[in-house]
Amino acid sequence: MLNQKLVKKRMSRYNLTHLKELESEAIYVIREVFAQFEKPGILFSGGKDSIVVTHLARKAFWPAKVPFPLVHIDTGHNFPETIKFRDDLVSNLEVDLVVASVQKSIDQGRVREETGRDASRNWLQITTLLDAIEENGFDSLMGGARRDEEKARAKERFFSHRDDFGQWNPKNQRPELWNIFNGKKNFGEHFRVFPISNWTEMDVWQYILSENIAIPSLYIAHHRDVIKRAGTWLPNSEFITLREGEQVVNKKVRFRTLGDITITGGDESNADTLEKIVAEVAAARQTERGNRADDKRSETAMEDRKKEGYF
Amino acid sequence: MDNTYLDMELLRFTTAGSVDDGKSTLIGRLLYDSKSIFEDQLDQVENSSKKRGLDHTDLALLTDGLKDEREQGITIDVAYRYFATPKRKFIIADTPGHIQYTRNMVTGASTANLALILVDARHGVVEQTCRHSFIASLLKIPHLVVCINKMDLVDYNEEVFEKIRAQYESFASKLDVQDIRFIPISALKGDNVVNKSEKMGWYEGATLLYTLENIHIGSDQNHIDCRFPVQTVIRPKQDRYHDFRGYAGRVAGGVFKKGDEVAVLPSGFTSKIQGIHTMNGEVDEAFAPMSVTITLEDDIDLGRGDMIVRAHNRPDVSQEIDIMLCWFNNNGPMPRAKFTLMHACNEVKAMISKVHYKLDINTLHRNEEDLEFGMNDILRVSIRTTKPLMKDAYRKNRSTGSIILVDDATNETVAAGMII
Repeated sequence: MLNQKLVKKRMSRYNLTHLKELESEAIYVIREVFAQFEKPGILFSGGKDSIVVTHLARKAFWPAKVPFPLVHIDTGHNFPETIKFRDDLVSNLEVDLVVASVQKSIDQGRVREETGRDASRNWLQITTLLDAIEENGFDSLMGGARRDEEKARAKERFFSHRDDFGQWNPKNQRPELWNIFNGKKNFGEHFRVFPISNWTEMDVWQYILSENIAIPSLYIAHHRDVIKRAGTWLPNSEFITLREGEQVVNKKVRFRTLGDITITGGDESNADTLEKIVAEVAAARQTERGNRADDKRSETAMEDRKKEGYF
Repeated sequence: MDNTYLDMELLRFTTAGSVDDGKSTLIGRLLYDSKSIFEDQLDQVENSSKKRGLDHTDLALLTDGLKDEREQGITIDVAYRYFATPKRKFIIADTPGHIQYTRNMVTGASTANLALILVDARHGVVEQTCRHSFIASLLKIPHLVVCINKMDLVDYNEEVFEKIRAQYESFASKLDVQDIRFIPISALKGDNVVNKSEKMGWYEGATLLYTLENIHIGSDQNHIDCRFPVQTVIRPKQDRYHDFRGYAGRVAGGVFKKGDEVAVLPSGFTSKIQGIHTMNGEVDEAFAPMSVTITLEDDIDLGRGDMIVRAHNRPDVSQEIDIMLCWFNNNGPMPRAKFTLMHACNEVKAMISKVHYKLDINTLHRNEEDLEFGMNDILRVSIRTTKPLMKDAYRKNRSTGSIILVDDATNETVAAGMII
């Protein structure tokens, strides 16, 4: 009790909590996007980070509607739960949905499907994404990438410039000072904007809890058919072929990040409420992307993809 | 369920240093001791260290994120790091000490509440110490914490600490910083970083982490002069909010309350605050750095770049501005070059009308003869703008007192400035 009082006293009346300050910063960034660009969109994967960005966009323009479409780069290898969640959200918010399909890029011969043991559609998304930007005339896309989740992302700006090939040049980025964001560009270039750059995984979960934001059930511990591969529980799906010695088992798991169903591993967990998830994240000894096969291809897998135009 | 996070504050601090002063070790220790380094990250760093033939785990590899940085063992750009204790969340802007140091340090310092200055106990105050401290004072970082590091290498000697402290204080008397603290530490051995040192019983002050957790930052924002730069106008075209016309923005200073008499600039019209809105409901008051939407009682034509202020406390409105400028581009400006000046949601065309002097950041000498300038130079200039700016002195308000210059030909941010 005494301790509680001390805490209250320490926080002066005109101080924001860390979550409120991060929220305020993100809302400011999202409003800057609206003010500085002509055709922005929100990159929406159905993952918790893009859900939080979408929630912040609602807050930024309330009581008006979110003035951006959600843009989904659809690899075709989805968790069914993710797609349902996406469609429900779009209809609740009354926003437009732009779906760009990797399958279509393959069918049109824009990209060739990877073959071999660890084939994935992760790299292919880059072409689909850049084509979607060009077709729809997007001049800025907001994403839920955070600096704490990956070492190349730690170098990102809030307003991150992409040249007319969609490429990121990490060695020559514009300095970003105070809260002044320079979104100037030439025709054909665009920006990626990361409103929750300064959030950690913990901040995201605490925020989801304190704002009571709906998230796909995949994040919450549930029983599921899974396969042990590369040290993680890979969900069984129509896209997966069993290898020698592997077998499908039913486990209680949850996912810390959501990517393609083919590359996202789950953890065994009993965290079936948001409160338990926050406690689990606080005790975690592995990074959240540790179960993402797409990051494990090389030490600089993320940087290499980002330079080409990845999220 | 532990709810302490609902009372946590955010502290942003900047560090700067060169390869050998123990900065990476210190950051590594703060992250490690606060359990912010994950096992797989540590494994990765251990592997990379081995690959390079190092016999110890180089924690600097945690902050070097880019391929070139890891290959060349240098830090190219500001890296942001995060850790938290039950009291506060911390954002570290870790800036490299060598390449483009001014540009990077200024960038990191621009949002910091606190600067961590590292001094090697064996060498005392050196040129780089002065440079870091000067930039911290130029960017008006409210708190400086000077860590006298490597105390283990000087036998934890109190006299060494006191001598460096006196040396620093005599230099710092030339700087404009209110709050300077000194802590004797050994980042390597952990003395006075998280735990109180048993070797330095003579030191009665707080440890570094305790200082970071408890330093009072509630007064870092200006809560006196009301400034609300309008970012955008919100007009929901729905029946329920038919007449709603809200001004969205982030409070840059002061406390706005419902019913307050306000003036809108540049037009000068006055009105009253009808409501302060957020999606979680109306609030009675808004202060920096809250993002809110304000409605006014009167129908006034207001748009992006305009500013809502208190009727009797207004910023300067002017087209002639004196500025301390940091130049960030490889090339100096072309003669009579025009720029886009960005300031508090406003954009105007601008040109440098006079360069008064160039500042040597190592000696603080003002050079009034050689006025050519380029990358990393700091200079005092007068700037003329095509439209008036609603501005405050940077020392009074970091939001309404700061600007950047954008080169119209390349779209690059070529300079940042603090209004005098």
